[in-house]
Parts: sequence; structure tokens; C-alpha cells
Amino acid sequence: MHEVLDNKKKTILLGNDAVVRGALESGVQFAATYPGTPASEIGDTFYLIRNANKELKENFHFEYGTNEKVALESAIGANFSGLKTMMSMKHFGVNVAADSLLPLFYTGVPNGMVLAISDDPGCFSSAQSEQNSRAYAYMAHAPMIEPADPQETKDYVKYAYQISEKYNIPVIVRLTTRVSHQRMPVDLDDLKFNKIEADFPKDKPDQFSTMPPYTISQHKELLEKIDKIREQEAEVSEINKMHNEDAGDDMAIIASGVSFHHVMEAQKFMGLNIPVLKLGWFYPLPEKKIKEVLSKFKKILVVEELEDYVEKEVKILAKDYDVEILGKEYLPTAGEIRPENVIEALGSFYPPKKLEVLEEEKELAKRFPGFCPGCPYWFLFNTVKQVAPKNTVFGGDIGCYMMAYFPPFKLQDYLFSMGSGIGIGHGVKKSLNLSGNNQKVIAFIGDSTFFHAGIPALVNCVENKSNPLIIIMDNSITAMTGHQPRPGIDKEPNIEKIVSGIGVKNLKVIDPINQEELKETIKDFLNKEEVSVIISRRCCKFAK
Amino acid sequence: MNNFNLIISGVGGQGTITLLKVIGRAALLQGLDFKSSELHGLSQRGGSVKTHIRIGENISSPLIIPGETDLIIGLEPQEALRTKSFAGKKTVFLINEKVIPVQGKEVDKSEIEKWIKKIPGEVKLINAFSITQEKLKNSLYSGIFLLGYAVHNKLIPLSIDSVKKALEETIKPDYIEENLKALDLAKGF
Repeated sequence: MHEVLDNKKKTILLGNDAVVRGALESGVQFAATYPGTPASEIGDTFYLIRNANKELKENFHFEYGTNEKVALESAIGANFSGLKTMMSMKHFGVNVAADSLLPLFYTGVPNGMVLAISDDPGCFSSAQSEQNSRAYAYMAHAPMIEPADPQETKDYVKYAYQISEKYNIPVIVRLTTRVSHQRMPVDLDDLKFNKIEADFPKDKPDQFSTMPPYTISQHKELLEKIDKIREQEAEVSEINKMHNEDAGDDMAIIASGVSFHHVMEAQKFMGLNIPVLKLGWFYPLPEKKIKEVLSKFKKILVVEELEDYVEKEVKILAKDYDVEILGKEYLPTAGEIRPENVIEALGSFYPPKKLEVLEEEKELAKRFPGFCPGCPYWFLFNTVKQVAPKNTVFGGDIGCYMMAYFPPFKLQDYLFSMGSGIGIGHGVKKSLNLSGNNQKVIAFIGDSTFFHAGIPALVNCVENKSNPLIIIMDNSITAMTGHQPRPGIDKEPNIEKIVSGIGVKNLKVIDPINQEELKETIKDFLNKEEVSVIISRRCCKFAK
Repeated sequence: MNNFNLIISGVGGQGTITLLKVIGRAALLQGLDFKSSELHGLSQRGGSVKTHIRIGENISSPLIIPGETDLIIGLEPQEALRTKSFAGKKTVFLINEKVIPVQGKEVDKSEIEKWIKKIPGEVKLINAFSITQEKLKNSLYSGIFLLGYAVHNKLIPLSIDSVKKALEETIKPDYIEENLKALDLAKGF
């Protein structure tokens, strides 16, 4: 049995599993996601346990959506129809879902809805950017709370459902890698199951439609709701908590997320006892609570990861007080914050304590992640490397195949976001063609990524007439994020039917171990006047 | 008690997460606090993996302060050396001798040995790979074997009973017996 279903009083949970446990203790009925690390295990655990017992089978539904926008919309539909819902995604997923995310806060939700979003400061499992998703709280007026560890994660998810139900608004629980992938003993409560009884309410026709001029009044109502949540919840909530309150000094710290724990660790190491306000609420911010702290101290150090959103807010609140607000001049904005960063920062205000560390072996060979033994991509990239002209432009995309960037292949000239290998590849090839340059473009994309965001980009190639060679690497699984299923295994939707349905005439399905056939086809397709697609099909060894 | 800081380093696929789960469960059974930090995703694909584990009372950060590590279990020598930036003079290194070559690089064993000799604290080089391969016909038990070694030699504040019980509660039933054997096998070393 998965530890998330333990009926003990206490068990060790991964942060992401604590999200699942919190949702199950709240009686969640419908959960959806698209896999993305550091949030992947939230969906994976839901998937693993969805049929684990009779109660779950009867009262709970989980699905992997085609992408984050679709998964969110699925959860929205379920919520509107009467179900308690959860949606989870990694930070970049929020960008994909944003188009439906913003109106969702305008309409609000008739039932409890929690969104678990995990950022990745330090880019441990993400390319593209060190996105700070807290900014979405401002843009969407999304109530957002930030736990620091698995116990808090479980508690905050439950609290988020309470807020959501009370104010009919979705609540975001914002995690980071060091929370999602942290383990600790977590106190457990009973699981709750609610019978699925769905009925889409038809009595208030305007409720779920964001149509102007109604949109403006929805916006106004949303702003009022946020003010109410600030006054009635954030200002009085125990998740904003003073630590070391009675320590007598003229300095205090305001910290959020896992940084709070690094602050406490750094203090122990340095023998300090500085008062710390731990902020659980990020949006709306408990302004009065913060002002109380501002009135008592001369110096405040704000410790938060990535951009200085809290620091900026605190600086505005500090205008009427005789207090200096410090933060990013002592702590990094780029990269994660670690205990040693806080130790260094505090060393500017208190007797510094040096870290006694052994010298690193600089000559040690770097170990890059690589393709597993027996991975079908070995055959494919090897062949491509052999036959593609030297100046071929290689478009990367998001999946295991981005490791083609590393030696020995080095087959990646650009890498952006899901589906962009084709999207950018079209722009490159179109421009080359316009200038009469015969340079070739090969765009790589995985099967799950193709479903996620590759299809519109391929339609664009056909419609706006360019001719890159697109290689869909169908390993029949979402491999990179932990081997989740992808749509249409041994059934519809079928990739080749989609591709030919879009109007691609040059299409071949090839097993990449047939290297001669692959070679000939690549050579042939690189000279076609219209877009061509090779579906390189061989299962990931982890695909069932 | 002072909190005990452990780093397990290895190459993706060597089973560090399983080890970490067993250790966490054992700590919980002994009524100790526990926190760990691990990495998923890209790093699983044969890259370097470093997990931080902390055992004790009222643990705050899941990350170890550089220099404050008590024990480093290196499932591979180069990966053990890679954790030096977290080690101090008193850190004990428990290293599996078996080298896993870095792709595209010739292994220079004498250089690795030279680097290991430079470690100022206690170093225990154990050929866990060969021992488990020979006795259990599967070198995948190297990690559990090294954990067993650490427990039997009191390099870690966990009792063999709690580790065994933790193992039974954590690992799939089919593999429990072999893992228990690996733990016991470490006793004589």
C-alpha cells in the first residue's frame, strides 16, 4: 500500500504526496494534471492509488490531461458540476493553463478547488526559465499560500479547501522543488470520501460566463473578495507566525516558503535568536500583521526565493515606520536560496561564522544525464547525426530527447517550451526559404509533447507553408517526468492519423533500429518542398 | 542530541531513493525527527544524484550546511568525491569501490585513489559491488549493504532492528528477503 493511504498516526511523506494526502483528507473527488517535475508525483500518486480501495474507486476520479490547460478545464467543468476538485502542475504548466486560469478567478467556483503549483528555483528538473509563479497571484488575483515542508503542505491544502469553499474561489498552494521533494514525518487524519453527485446548475446563467460588461463587475467582485480574504483570513491566520518573538534585538526577519527553515537552520548554526515572521500567506498579504513587526524593529531582512515580491510590498508598508528593509542586496535572486546563503547574509549583521569545508576536486569528470541503455533515442540520434548536413538546424523540445544537447550528440540549436521545436522550426525554415538559403531544419518532438502542444504548430507549418523535417519520437510514454501514460496507446487518438489529417503528405512510421530505412527517409524528406514527418516508433523500455 | 547529517551520493538508478525511504522509516520507528531532500527528473537519467538526510530532533532545513555532514555514503567513488563541498574535516566517507565511468572519459583509477587519499577524515572503502554480486548475485544490493555496514559499525544513529523493520515496511514483499540478507551480510565487514 502506498504510504499516502497509511492509517497510522504518522508517516513519512514526500511533499508532493502530502498534497495528495491533504486533498484526500478534505474529500477531493476529481483531480487532474499534466505531468511536470517538480510537481509530477502529485498526479502519479493519485494515479497509483485511484483504484486502491472501494471508497476511492467509487468516490474519486483522476485523469492525466492532454496538457495543463486541458487538465485545468477538466477540473473546472467538474467543479461547476458539483465536485470538489484539485489540479496540479509545474510552474511552466501555469503558463499553458493561464488562458483559462484568469477567467476562473472571475467566475469563482461553487465547490472547493485547490491548485498545487510547484516552482523550480535552481532549475533542477526544468529548462526554459526560473519562473517565479507567485506573480500569477497578482495577475489572476489568486489567493496563494506557501508551505515550507510536507507537514505544512498537508495542513495548507486542507486550509486552502476551507478558504476555497468559504469564498467560492480557487486557492493556489505554491510549492518549490525543496518542498515538493522534501520528506518528513507527517501527522495523519482520517481520509474523507464524498459520493460523486454531479449536476450542472442552470439557475444562474451568468455565473460561469465571462462576458462583458459582466466581466467588469466580476472583476470588481473579485477585488472585493480578495480584500475580504485579507481582512478575515490572512490577517488572523495562524499560518503567518512569529518565531523567537521575545528575543530582544533591533532586527527581525520575514521569510516565506522553505527559506524559513534555512533561516532557522542558519540561526542555530550561528547561535543566534532573531525574531522571524514566517509568512504562510503570499496573496493577499497580511499587511497589518507585517506592520506590527515593522513597528517593533529597526531592521528587517526579507528572505524569499527568486524575485523580491514580498520585499517590495514590505518596503511600501514600511513608509510610515522608522525601519530599514533589506533583502536582495544580501541574498541571491537567481538560483535557489540555501542555508549557507542565509548564513552569509546574517554574517553582515552579526558575528560571521565561517563554513569549514573540504576543497572540491576540480578535475573530477562531470557526469551528464544521458539516455538509458537500450533507449530507442540512441538509434535515432546516431542516424540523424550521420546523415544530416553539417549546418542543419536542430530544434529541441521538452522531454528526454533534450539530452541530445549533451555530448556525444550535441543535436540541439534551440530549446524553449513544449511544442516550440516545431513552432520555431517553422519560423526558421520559412525565413531560410524566403532568402533562398537551402539550410535544413530538423525539429524533434516526443509523443506526449506532440499531443500537448505540437499539433497546433504542425498545423501552422502546413497552413503557412514551410518544410522542416519533424521527427516525432514516439516511445509511447511520457518518459522524462516518470513514465506516465500518454494519450492513445493501442487505440485512438492515433498520431499518424492526426498528422495525415492535418494534411502532411510526406509521412513515414519507422522503427529507429532500421537504420538504413531511417537514413534514406531522412535524406529524402530533407529535400521535400512541403513539411515532412517521420514517426520514429519504438517503446521506452519503461513503457508497459 | 545533535542532528545527524548524512549524504547519499550516487548515479541515477542506483537506488538512493529506496535507501532514503528505509532510513526515514527507521528514524521514525526510533521516534526521531527526519527530513530529507532529493532530486527527481533529469538527474535520474544516469546523472549525479545527491540526497541530503537529517536525523535528530526538531530539524529545520532539509538541506545540510556545507561542512556539517557526519557521514557520506558514496555509492560510487567519483560521486562520493563530488560531495566534498559538503564535507568537513570530521566527515566519515563510506565509499563503494566500484567505479562507474563517466561517459566519454577514460577512468583513471590512480587519480581517483589519489583524491580519496586526500580526504582528511575517516574513509572506508568497501567493495560492496563485488561482495553483493558474489554473495547475492545482484550488485543492486550494494546500497543496502553499505547501509548495513554503517549501522553495524555505528556510523549512523539507527539500530539494526529498526532498519530491518523499516525495510520490511518499505520494500516490495518479493525483495525483502534478499535485502535483509544484504543487511546481515554487512555484519562481518
